[in-house]
Amino acid sequence: MDRDRRALTLGGVATVGVPVAFLAVFFAWPLLAILERSLVSDGKLDLPFDVLTRRSTLDVAWFTLWQATASTALTLVAALPLAWALARFSFRGRALVEALVLVPFVLPTVVVATAFLALLPDGAERTVWAILLAHVFFNVAVVVRVVGAFWAGLDPRLDDAAATLGATPVQRHLRVTAPLLAPALASAASIVFLFCFTSFGVIVVLGGIRYATLEVEIYNQAARLFDLRAAAALALLQLAAVGATVLVSGRLERRLGGAASRRGPAPRPIGRDRIRVGLAVGCSLALLALPPLALVLRSLEVGDGYGLDHYASLLDETPALLVVPWHALLNSLLFAGAATAIALVVGILAAVAVARGRRGLDALLMLPLGASAVMLGFGFLLAFDDPWDLRTSAAIVPIVQALVAIPFVVRSLVPALRALEVRLAEAAAVLGASPWQVRREVELPLLARPLAVAAGLAFAVALGEFGATVFVARADRPTVPVAIFRFLGRPGADNVGTAMALSVALMVMVTAVALASERSLVGRGSR
Amino acid sequence: MRLALDHVGVTLDGTRIVDDVAIDVAAGERLAVLGPSGSGKSTLLRVVAGLQAPTSGRVLLDGRDVTHVPPYRRGVGLVFQDAALFPHRDVEGNVGFGPKVAGLDEDERRTRISEALALVGLGDSGQRVVGTLSGGEAQRVALARSLAMRPGVLLLDEPLGSLDGPLRLRLQDDLRALFERLSLTVVHVTHDVGEAFALGDRVAILREGRLAQVATPNELWARPADDWVARFLGLRNIVRRGDRATVTRPEAVRVRPGQGAIVVSVDRDGPLVHLRVRRDDGSELESVTTEAVHPGAGERVTVEVEPSGVFQVPVWDGATSG
Repeated sequence: MDRDRRALTLGGVATVGVPVAFLAVFFAWPLLAILERSLVSDGKLDLPFDVLTRRSTLDVAWFTLWQATASTALTLVAALPLAWALARFSFRGRALVEALVLVPFVLPTVVVATAFLALLPDGAERTVWAILLAHVFFNVAVVVRVVGAFWAGLDPRLDDAAATLGATPVQRHLRVTAPLLAPALASAASIVFLFCFTSFGVIVVLGGIRYATLEVEIYNQAARLFDLRAAAALALLQLAAVGATVLVSGRLERRLGGAASRRGPAPRPIGRDRIRVGLAVGCSLALLALPPLALVLRSLEVGDGYGLDHYASLLDETPALLVVPWHALLNSLLFAGAATAIALVVGILAAVAVARGRRGLDALLMLPLGASAVMLGFGFLLAFDDPWDLRTSAAIVPIVQALVAIPFVVRSLVPALRALEVRLAEAAAVLGASPWQVRREVELPLLARPLAVAAGLAFAVALGEFGATVFVARADRPTVPVAIFRFLGRPGADNVGTAMALSVALMVMVTAVALASERSLVGRGSR
Repeated sequence: MRLALDHVGVTLDGTRIVDDVAIDVAAGERLAVLGPSGSGKSTLLRVVAGLQAPTSGRVLLDGRDVTHVPPYRRGVGLVFQDAALFPHRDVEGNVGFGPKVAGLDEDERRTRISEALALVGLGDSGQRVVGTLSGGEAQRVALARSLAMRPGVLLLDEPLGSLDGPLRLRLQDDLRALFERLSLTVVHVTHDVGEAFALGDRVAILREGRLAQVATPNELWARPADDWVARFLGLRNIVRRGDRATVTRPEAVRVRPGQGAIVVSVDRDGPLVHLRVRRDDGSELESVTTEAVHPGAGERVTVEVEPSGVFQVPVWDGATSG
C-alpha cells in the first residue's frame, strides 16, 4: 500500500510538474519578457501611454473590436440552420457532413485567406467583406459543434409540450428553444469572438495595408518597424482584452454545464422538414466547399488554360525563399511531428492532472490559447535572446507550435479521462489486473480514440500554425504557411500561383490528418 | 476459503463509515449483509476486496492476514451492482479478462470462459457486444467474469439491485442454485430483506457502520435484537415503553366482526391480506390473514391477540447500543 501510494504521489508530481514547468519556461517567461519590454525602459517604470493613445492604435483597436463583433454575428446567423438540421434530425450521410463541417476549422488561416483570394473577384479580394467572410467560413464549425451538441441534448418534448399548450412554431422558437439555447449560443459566440479578435493570418493576407487588428499591428511593429516597445505595449492591450473575454465566456460556460444530456437517435425529417433540412445542409456545404474549390481551380490556372505549372514550380529555386519551395513541405511535416510529440507528452500529463480535479491547471493551460500565437512568437523573440539564444535552434519551432496545440490536446482528452469509470479499473483489479495491466488492458483501449483525435488535432494545428511560427522560423527553414506568406508578399502572378499550389498541398495534408483522426471518432457508430 | 473480519473500521474524512465490525464466514458459507443505504455495507465489501484500506482492524483469508494485499493479488471476486462490464470487449473478452491478465494459456482460457458462461446460462452469447445486453444478462456476464477466476470468496454488491420484478426473482433463484452447486464462500450485500433471507445462510444486519445482529433468517425473525431491527425486518406493531419495546406479530392478531375496533385500511399483497385496525383507545395494530373472506374497511371488529405472538425487545435509541 505504501509503495503504491508513493508511486501515485510521484505520478501526481509528474502530471502537474511537467506541464507547469513547460509552461513556466515557454509561456510565462516570454510573457514576462513582453511585460518587461512594454513597462520598463532604462531600468525605470515607464508606462507606454504614448503608444496606447496614438491615433493609429485607437484605429486598430476599434477595427479589431468591430470586425470581431460583426464576424461573430454573421457566423451565428450562417451556422444556425446547419446546427438545427444536425441537432434535430438523422439522415443519410450525416456523419460525413459532421466531419466535413469540421474541415474549415482545422484549415490553416493562411490557406483560408489564400482560398478567399482565389474565390473573390479582383477588387473584392482585399476588403472588409473578404475578411468577414473568411472568418465566417473558418468559424461555422465552432457554432455547429457547440450549439449543435447542446441543441441535440435538449428534450424535444419541451417543444411538443409548448405546442400542445397552443404555441405557434415562431412562439416556440422564441420562447422555448431560444432561451434554452442561450447559454450555448453565448459560449459559441465568445469562442468565435476570441478567434476573430486575435485573427492574424486571414487579416495579414486579406487586409492588405489598409486593415490591421491588434495582432497584425504587433507583428508590423515588431517584425517590420522593429519598434519592440510599441509591439509589447500593444500585446499588453490585447492580453487585457482577451483576458476579459475569457473571463466572461468562462462564466457563461459554467452556466452551460450539465444542462445538455444525450438522448436517443434523432428522427428522420418528414414533410416540410425534409426540404428545410435539405436546404440547410445543401447550402451550408456548398458555401463551405466554394473557397477550397476555387483555390484548387486557381492553382491549376496557367495563362488562359489549365496545367500543373504552379506545382512544378515548387521544385524550382525562387528569389522568394532561401530554399526550394517543396522543402517547406518537409519542414512543416518534421516540425509538426515533433510538435505533436511534445504536445502529447505535456498534454496527456496535464489532462490527467486536470481530470483528477486540478481546475487551476486547466485555466493555466488554456492561457496559451487566449494569449494568441503572435504574442507567443513575439515573446519567444524577446525571451530567448542572449544569453539564452534558442532562436537559431531548430527546436524552437516545434516548441512554439506545441504550445499552441497543447490546449487542443487537453480539451479533447479531459472529457474522455473524466468519463473513465473508476469502477472499471476496480473491476479489473479485483479480477487480478495489476495497476499496470489496468492501464494497458482497460484504460488505454478506452482512450485510444480520444488519443488519436488529440494527436490528429495537434498535428493539424501545428501544420497550419502561422502567427507564432512566422516569428521564430529561420529564413532557411520556412514552414508551408510561412512560405505561402512570403510568396503572397511578392508581386507577380507566378508567385500567387505558387502560393496557391502550396496552399492546396497544405490543405490536402491537413484535411487528410483531420478526417483520419475524426473518422476514428465518427466510425464505429459512436453516434 | 474462510473469511474473517477482525474488528474492521473505516473512517473517511472524519466520518466513521464502518465501525468495529468483527465477523467470521466459514468456508462454503453464504453471508448476506443487510442494511439500509448509507449503513456502510458497500464499504465493508470494498474492504474485503482490497479496494478500500481499513483504518483499523484486519482482513484474514484462511487465517492469513491480507489487509495490505492489493486487490489484484487477493483472489477475491467482486460483482458490482451495475455489472461494470468493459465496454471495449465482447462478452468473452470480459469473462476472459481475469484468465488473460493471470497469464493462463489459450486452452485454459477457453475452458474457463465456456465453463463460466455455461454456469450462468449464457453459453452461446460469447461474441455479443456488451452494449446490447439486457440488465439481467449484463449481471450474469459480470458474475461469469468473477467465476472464471475461481475465486476463494465471491462478493456481490446488490447484484439484483438494478433489476425488477420476475427477472429479479429468477436471477435470485439461479444464484441460489449456483452457490449451492459450487459451495462457494459468498458475501452478499443487499438492502432487500427478502433477498437477504433467500440467499444468506446467515444474515448480518449493518446499521450506521456497526453490526446490529448476526443470525440465521429464522433466528432473526424469531428474535430481532431490538426494535429497530424488528422494524427493519418489516414488523409494524411495536410499542415502546421505557427501555423495552413490545412487538406483536401481525399473524398473531385475529380480527372478526364485533366491537372495540374499526378497520382503517385493507391491502392485498399476493396471498396475504394486511388489515390495519384502530382500537377505540386510539392504538393501531396490523393484522395479517390468508383468509379470502375478511372484514372490509370501515367495519367494526373485535381484535384478539395470541399471547405467543407477543414478545419484548430492547429499545435502540441510536446513540448507545450497537
